[in-house]
Amino acid sequence: MPFTQRHLLGLEGLPAEEIVHVLDTAQSFVEISERDIKKVPTLRGKTVINLFYEASTRTRTSFEIAAKRLSADTINISAATSSAQKGETLADTARNLEAMRPDAIVIRHPASGAPHLLARAVSSPVINAGDGAHEHPTQALLDLFTIREKKGRIEGLEVAIVGDVLHSRVARSNLHGLRALGARVRLVGPPTLVPEGFGGSGVSIHHDLKTGIAGADVVMMLRIQHERQGANYFPSVEEYSRLFGLDRAALADAKPDVVILHPGPMNRGIEISSEVADGPYSLILDQVTNGVAVRMALLYLLAARGRGEPEREAEERASS
Amino acid sequence: MKTDGAIAIEGGRLIDPAAGLDGRHDLLLDGGVVRAVDKPGAFRSAPVERRIDARGRWVVPGLIDLHCHLREPGYEYKETVASGAAAAVAGGFTAVACMANTDPVNDSAAVTRFILERAAAAALARVHPIGAVSQGLRGERLAEIGEMRAAGIVAVSDDGQPVADAALMRHALEYCRMFGIAVIDHAEDPGLCAGGAMHEGATSHRLGLKGIPAAAEEAMVGRDLLLAQLTGGRLHVAHASTRGTVELVRAAKARGVRVTAEVTPHHLTLTDEAVAEYDGNAKMKPPLRTADDRRALAEGLADGTIDAIATDHAPHHRDEKAVEFEAAAFGVVGLETALALSLRLVEQRVLDPARWVRRLSTAPAEILGVAGGTLRAGAPADVVLIDPDAEWTVEAAGLRSKSKNSPFLGWAMKGRASCTIVAGRVVYEHSTAASERRDG
Ligand SMILES: [Zn+2]
Repeated sequence: MPFTQRHLLGLEGLPAEEIVHVLDTAQSFVEISERDIKKVPTLRGKTVINLFYEASTRTRTSFEIAAKRLSADTINISAATSSAQKGETLADTARNLEAMRPDAIVIRHPASGAPHLLARAVSSPVINAGDGAHEHPTQALLDLFTIREKKGRIEGLEVAIVGDVLHSRVARSNLHGLRALGARVRLVGPPTLVPEGFGGSGVSIHHDLKTGIAGADVVMMLRIQHERQGANYFPSVEEYSRLFGLDRAALADAKPDVVILHPGPMNRGIEISSEVADGPYSLILDQVTNGVAVRMALLYLLAARGRGEPEREAEERASS
Repeated sequence: MKTDGAIAIEGGRLIDPAAGLDGRHDLLLDGGVVRAVDKPGAFRSAPVERRIDARGRWVVPGLIDLHCHLREPGYEYKETVASGAAAAVAGGFTAVACMANTDPVNDSAAVTRFILERAAAAALARVHPIGAVSQGLRGERLAEIGEMRAAGIVAVSDDGQPVADAALMRHALEYCRMFGIAVIDHAEDPGLCAGGAMHEGATSHRLGLKGIPAAAEEAMVGRDLLLAQLTGGRLHVAHASTRGTVELVRAAKARGVRVTAEVTPHHLTLTDEAVAEYDGNAKMKPPLRTADDRRALAEGLADGTIDAIATDHAPHHRDEKAVEFEAAAFGVVGLETALALSLRLVEQRVLDPARWVRRLSTAPAEILGVAGGTLRAGAPADVVLIDPDAEWTVEAAGLRSKSKNSPFLGWAMKGRASCTIVAGRVVYEHSTAASERRDG
């Protein structure tokens, strides 16, 4: 099953077979990361631009390592050093980048839809590395990869996503990806952050942590942003933590083999206790490792095609 | 406005709900006014300067737009009084009322006079300035409404933003009773809509954009209806966008509150799903709502709860739209698409042609207290001939407005103004050759 997308702007609407194809491709790249010499020539001579309008050491590093392991040249542009500070618009930046003929552009931006704006303006593939509260598709793909690796499947799993769903791009992408692959999703949090009807029909909503994660195979914790307190989404971080912080007691009614994910960076002692974060069912470090493989897969699937490399030849190399 | 010689308009279907006419009638214009309406052929031997063959056309009182933004003074890169007036007459509007959120704000007689001078120089559509409620639109102190009224304003509004202070709104409603003019309400609760970029609902949740709930509008409409009731002042609700607003206005009218309301063609045509791929041209205030709201707006328009269709023509430069959706300016142009979009309601039998004319001409004239809205003898010779069957495509290059921020670019339209007459003078004629070039 081929990957037909020109860009990866989100997981919404991505067919299940194409998601599985990305995960399978990532699987083949895991092995490279375990070698002594963690480099293959797949993207030699290709240029990948990491355009980051938001600080994110974790995601940017993950993309950079992924590109380097594929032998691509990487250029990091961060808002602090880019002309964004001088007021250059994203549309102008896009035109300038286009002139450099990159083979892929990875963009992280605080505004929802910014990657769509970029994708309309450039001819190279655009990979969304997180846009506002919209999507963070590579995070969701690595979450899916990690769950599948641990559980052997996605279909039929009960997955609880806990926290600030309203403002979470990770939650949105996971919601699309999990549902496409046949998992059942519950959203858990206060009504201010998990509005009624969010995600449409087929998604259940819980405002009580214990019942929300009862019987869950997977619990995905979201990072809580302190600034939401100022906007009255909840009265205090302390109260939030008391109601929705994940500790061992809260996990009592989850499946015995429940696994815990967190996109990082964690607020230990707030949305997740250290004993859970460092506990036996925590996949938080697996997520980081798998992130590189998933991003290698995406760069390979999108950037290799960017310059029109014959599809078949590339496919063979990945599966070898 | 200068007047040309007499014009006879012959062979058309004349629709004038104020006079109870809908049928074959010829029209004689002279001296800037309607001289006579009579049976077909009645003016065959009248000594006129020009005869207009109106066969296959509707002949209706010129459309009047209650609500547009002409951007001059201050934002001439978006629109000028002249370019806006050119767009108006091309869209079948013979008069427009322009909002006060210019720079400087129209909160003084001097700015009102300036706008009227620009309109006179353009000599296209009639332009009726709307004055600010508050000085500088700051929502603190009343603007000099009496001075502006003497200079020619037809209503007051802080449109672009709400009058947040209920006491100020109360005083505006009371004070304007003295002049018989309406306070036009841009209704949105500032706290509820803060940071919002589109309607709050399934689509905003999906797109990860901060929403503006329907309650943001309804809370303010509800407040202002109560204040209109308290004061006996005239309230006009601008751009109604939700079912709740329609219901609040309907109930207020039933208990005798002096309220009128308008709806835009875009709220009658689109839903929040038009934002789909973060299209900046689908961003405006109030935001596009749900299919259910749209249905309620059409029902309100049909039963008269909503009195008028107004464009809320809000031109913006493309650089103000080609940015991240949350950073894009609010507003869409509408003067040149309102006629065809609203004619869809006639095709869908929401409105009959007479009601359509009432909503776009007769009612706006009444709400603003200006002449026009009818073709009775003695009325201003403001007429538009409409080809209800003309098919055309909306293209940026074809728009006379300086700005092209329309969500309808590329849409197939049916119906257009073929000839627009203001004060007895032909100010716009659709040239078939030109249009075929554009539409081809
Ligand atoms: Zn407004």
